[in-house]
Amino acid sequence: MNERPFDLAVVGAGPAGLAAAVAAGESGLRVALVDAGPRPGGQFWRHAEGADGAGHHDWETFASLRSRLRRLTAGTRVRHLPLHQVWAVDRAGDAPFTLRLTPAFDGATDEVTPAVRARAIALCTGGYDRQLPVPGWTLPGVMAAGGVQALLKGSGTVAGRRAVVAGTGPFLLPVATGLAAAGAEVAAVVEAARPADWLRRPLGAAAVPGKAVEGAGYAAALLRHRVPYLTRSAVTRVHGGDEVTAVTVERVDGSGRVVPGRTRRLAVDLVAFGWGFTPSLELVVALGAGTERGADGSLVATVDRARRATVPGVYVAGEATGVGGAAKAVAEGELAGLTAAVDAGRPAPTKRGRRLAARIARAERFAEAMHAAHPVPERWTEWLTEATVLCRCEEVTVGAVERAREDLGAGDPRTAKLLARPGMGWCQGRVCGFATAALLAAGAGRAVTAEDLRALGKRPLAAPVTLGELAALPEPPDPPDFPDPDTA
Amino acid sequence: MSGRGPDVVVIGAGIIGAAGAWFATRAGLRVTVLDRGPLAGGTSGRGEGNLLVSDKEPGPELDLALLSRRVWREDLGEHAGLWEFDEKGGLVVAATDASAAGLAELTRRQRAAGVDAVDVGADELPAYEPQLAPGLRGGAFYPGDAQVQPMLAVAHLLRLARDGGAEVRTGVEVTGLLRDGDRVTGVRTDRGDIPAGNVVNAAGPWAGSVAELAGVRLPVLPRRGFVLVTEPLPPTVRHKVYAAEYVGDVASADAALQTSPVVESTESGTVLIGSSRERVGFDGSLSLPALKRLAANAVALFPALAGVRALRAYHGFRPYCPDHLPVIGPDPRAPGLWHAGGHEGAGIGLAAGTGLLLAQALTGATPALGLAPFAPERFDEGDPAP
Repeated sequence: MNERPFDLAVVGAGPAGLAAAVAAGESGLRVALVDAGPRPGGQFWRHAEGADGAGHHDWETFASLRSRLRRLTAGTRVRHLPLHQVWAVDRAGDAPFTLRLTPAFDGATDEVTPAVRARAIALCTGGYDRQLPVPGWTLPGVMAAGGVQALLKGSGTVAGRRAVVAGTGPFLLPVATGLAAAGAEVAAVVEAARPADWLRRPLGAAAVPGKAVEGAGYAAALLRHRVPYLTRSAVTRVHGGDEVTAVTVERVDGSGRVVPGRTRRLAVDLVAFGWGFTPSLELVVALGAGTERGADGSLVATVDRARRATVPGVYVAGEATGVGGAAKAVAEGELAGLTAAVDAGRPAPTKRGRRLAARIARAERFAEAMHAAHPVPERWTEWLTEATVLCRCEEVTVGAVERAREDLGAGDPRTAKLLARPGMGWCQGRVCGFATAALLAAGAGRAVTAEDLRALGKRPLAAPVTLGELAALPEPPDPPDFPDPDTA
Repeated sequence: MSGRGPDVVVIGAGIIGAAGAWFATRAGLRVTVLDRGPLAGGTSGRGEGNLLVSDKEPGPELDLALLSRRVWREDLGEHAGLWEFDEKGGLVVAATDASAAGLAELTRRQRAAGVDAVDVGADELPAYEPQLAPGLRGGAFYPGDAQVQPMLAVAHLLRLARDGGAEVRTGVEVTGLLRDGDRVTGVRTDRGDIPAGNVVNAAGPWAGSVAELAGVRLPVLPRRGFVLVTEPLPPTVRHKVYAAEYVGDVASADAALQTSPVVESTESGTVLIGSSRERVGFDGSLSLPALKRLAANAVALFPALAGVRALRAYHGFRPYCPDHLPVIGPDPRAPGLWHAGGHEGAGIGLAAGTGLLLAQALTGATPALGLAPFAPERFDEGDPAP
């Protein structure tokens, strides 16, 4: 802890964080790169030790960033801290930012670094699967699409033999083709929106030609594997006793309302639900930086064109500023790293900055078109029953939350959480937060607001930390002058 | 609000406002409860839900605690399940011979005042709490210490009041008081004026600002506290367990950070860890020094907790009066205005008695306890500024 503070601490080593650390390091900053994973890459480039990139998108970009990172870590420019999670950012220390760290999981690493001090911080914390509960969704065999993908990428594990991939958005396609290519039978891709509207929109695909090619590739793969692609359809119920045996697929209209009489049942042992992603904003919120509702309805960090958050010294890049894919995240991360360097007094690479800003703007237009074509169906809460589990950690049902709203006046998510306990368990609302907000808003006949999501996104402890670690925190730098009642 | 307004407008939908509203409704008064936020959006939703007799010296506060305990068990007994009323008992432990002696002296005086307090020898402690650290020098057990889930208590008391005819309006902010000379005749809100026979200030740590609307001084200040919540555990802590030093900390007037361990488990298996006290205004930022001390204190009492993870931390602001006594009753400086607040960290427990006393006084009945020690104007005669 006696070494001088880093110029920049980057949190997360996915596409955005890697690009930020490399750009800042190559600009001459001393950088700490903190990441929960054992290897850089994040969720998008999650890979087994020694993997060669087969089945990965844009592996060349990753390979290039990784080798640049290696050059920087070989010197003293960048210090990579894998297998660490940030549980708090301390503003009361002798550096502007002190990141308090904990091992990513029990026994993750023998070399625990409890703290990193830095003059500035870039939050590239990514996101996680956004989940919408439906009756039966807690049965073994139901997974988030991102989780299915992570198993495929991380260890080549195929999570089931006969799968349905359901939800909305282009991410369903790589999950389905990945499963098919790995030998699973994919009974159907069930898409709530119309087929690939996002490819037809002039502002969308035309602006990012690579994406159109990518989309066409998936479509061809689906055809090749004879995977039915059901649009304006939703898995509204999961069946099974001890595990999943089947799903009910129903036709839905543009608002998500079920169109009667068009029901079918598919026998499956794996359901992969993909309803988009929720940005990880714990640290953004804890630092007091501004947030807003993004194009996909999730809460995102507010940033300026150069990736500065509303709190000085804080930069945000990648999914935390709006979900839009790895290419967008890489550009944002690089720009965040360069902006941090400029703000630290390094010469400004104006041309590169302008080019990145333009690339990001194009990617944002594409992402907005994609989100507009693949919204979370407005009326999805109508698929729920009283008995549907909303919060699986605390086993809180939809009915319990509705009773708290109707009988006890819990009109907002925080009140509902404190009265009925959704979001109080292990995941602290990361899984059920969006759904809880949507259910309460629907019950009150209004739309979900940023305020609803903020109330559920506030987690002063950004990650679980043991009481032993808390007790071992250093004494405050300037102990106030008063008798300590605990030394008695 | 056409025609005649309600008999009583209660400002604040926390535990004090909720209990006051329910007892006033039960006494036949027409009540409207207003809150600028959601129900229990302030202090009530940010504590542990303690109903303690153990941490109080004989005197008016202990009298109120004993009355409240009776009201929770009797008047409100039929609803106890709604708010998870749990007579888990409190165990106070002493780490030194001196504090053990002080504790024995306290229990002797408390017993004389009617508290059920059992002295516990050092060798008997493990029978109460098998996971306690070795080496403690003694303790006391209070079978009467209990806990409720405070959010549920607020919500159900307000529901009972509504069922009895009261009106509860959240998201309505009181911006002024209606006056007729000195007399307070209702409230002005951002949604219009509400004339009322009486106005009850139950605004918790913000009670001073409401009093200011009437031009009277009420020295209620926020005293911040943090609580750590662990992952769910198999039964590890059976009672509410705290250190003998806690009583001294509660009674202290120091503004700087003080901590003393208070550890208990909840129905859901999590362990709640308090307590810290500091006067820093309404500063809601996370204090790592406070969390460090909470964790260290808890691990000192229960070493097995060292490897347990904290999932959550939250803070609240206790409404603190300089003499550590609440304010309950009519304000002679502004007739028609009543105050019920300043219960510091004991408001959940003391709410039952406070609500009953308030309803008795509002209807002209003789209160079950004399209100003189809780008089709102008592601070006017040259008290030291906090």
